[in-house]
Amino acid sequence: LLCGPGLRRSGAGLLVTKCGLLRHRPGGGGAYWVDSQQKRYVPVKGDHVIGIVTAKAGDVFRLDVGGSEPASLSYLAFEGATKRNRPNVQVGDLIYGQFVVANKDMEPEMVCIDSSGKSSGMGIIGQDGFLFKVSLGLIRKLLAPKCEIIQELSQLYPFELVLGMNGRIWVKAKTVQQTLIIVNILEACEYMTAEQRKQALAKLSGN
Amino acid sequence: SVCPGDTSVLAGLYGPAEAKISKELPDRAALEVLLRPKVGLPGVLERSREQLLRQTCEAVLLGVLHPRTAISLVLQVLSDAGSLLSCCLNAACMALLDAGLPLAALFCGVTCALQPDGTILLDPTARQEQEARAILTFAIASGDRKVLMATTKGSCSVEEMQQCLAAAQRAASTIFQFYRDSVRRRYSKS
Repeated sequence: LLCGPGLRRSGAGLLVTKCGLLRHRPGGGGAYWVDSQQKRYVPVKGDHVIGIVTAKAGDVFRLDVGGSEPASLSYLAFEGATKRNRPNVQVGDLIYGQFVVANKDMEPEMVCIDSSGKSSGMGIIGQDGFLFKVSLGLIRKLLAPKCEIIQELSQLYPFELVLGMNGRIWVKAKTVQQTLIIVNILEACEYMTAEQRKQALAKLSGN
Repeated sequence: SVCPGDTSVLAGLYGPAEAKISKELPDRAALEVLLRPKVGLPGVLERSREQLLRQTCEAVLLGVLHPRTAISLVLQVLSDAGSLLSCCLNAACMALLDAGLPLAALFCGVTCALQPDGTILLDPTARQEQEARAILTFAIASGDRKVLMATTKGSCSVEEMQQCLAAAQRAASTIFQFYRDSVRRRYSKS
């Protein structure tokens, strides 16, 4: 039996530590967890996040991921990087990577390659685009397979989207105005029901 | 923000965030409570209330899950019409719940006023507090209604204190039901 976020084993029983909806996955021995709404991110191993480079300290970049400590990213952790061939990362760049070490006792460490050495979409995020912050619950909703919000938005305008589990979303569309419209819709999606969203999108695509 | 009657307190919780090296604890989170009165600068009364709130919150917060971090709780008094400390306790618990910090139990604050003729009044107004012989505030935990914090102003006998405690424990159930309803409303929207 697997205990997910929001539950802890204490003695012989379980202790519920957060408020939210209790969810259950029946496959493979059963897993229980509590779906809670939060804005503050706590680094977890394996999570893909968007980080902002704040400093370069020798061989290591310091990234702000929205947690309690800055994460570290070695310059060798990019695809095709060697000691001679360093990646071109400046202070203020956006990086999409995953945590390889993230527990409560140590400083979190990130990498931009997966276990086989390929980058699989991670790395430095390009110029332009818009970065904004939403709550963690909305990100989980958007990351679910076959998310309706993303399908409906893609019928509106073509755009590029990067979702970080730390609540950060990066959007880039053809013009600044389209980018801002997508940003506003994603921010409002948290509180709108499905019908309100469809109405808002219909109004926009009619214009 | 929490308002029983006319007393109203706004609570904001920030954390777990980076702590200053001088304030960080190596094995648990460092909780800091700031209570700001409606008018004037915070004085000694606010400081003592901040310490009471901090000790109550530290008893339920699982700080060991976030070592070397700082959690700040800021409370602003919007209006005061009696039973301020229990209102602050309720606001603090709702802020901890809302922020998603790991808690071992919930708590609520109840104020009892002992009238000169011996009757017990729960959640007194400012006027009733002035006339009362003693005012007792209890912080009661959710699981088994244990007392987390008790503070008294004025004098009363031990039996009277036990009676007030029993009345407060009964009243705590109403407050926990209110927490449950607010959280249910919040999650039903999404």
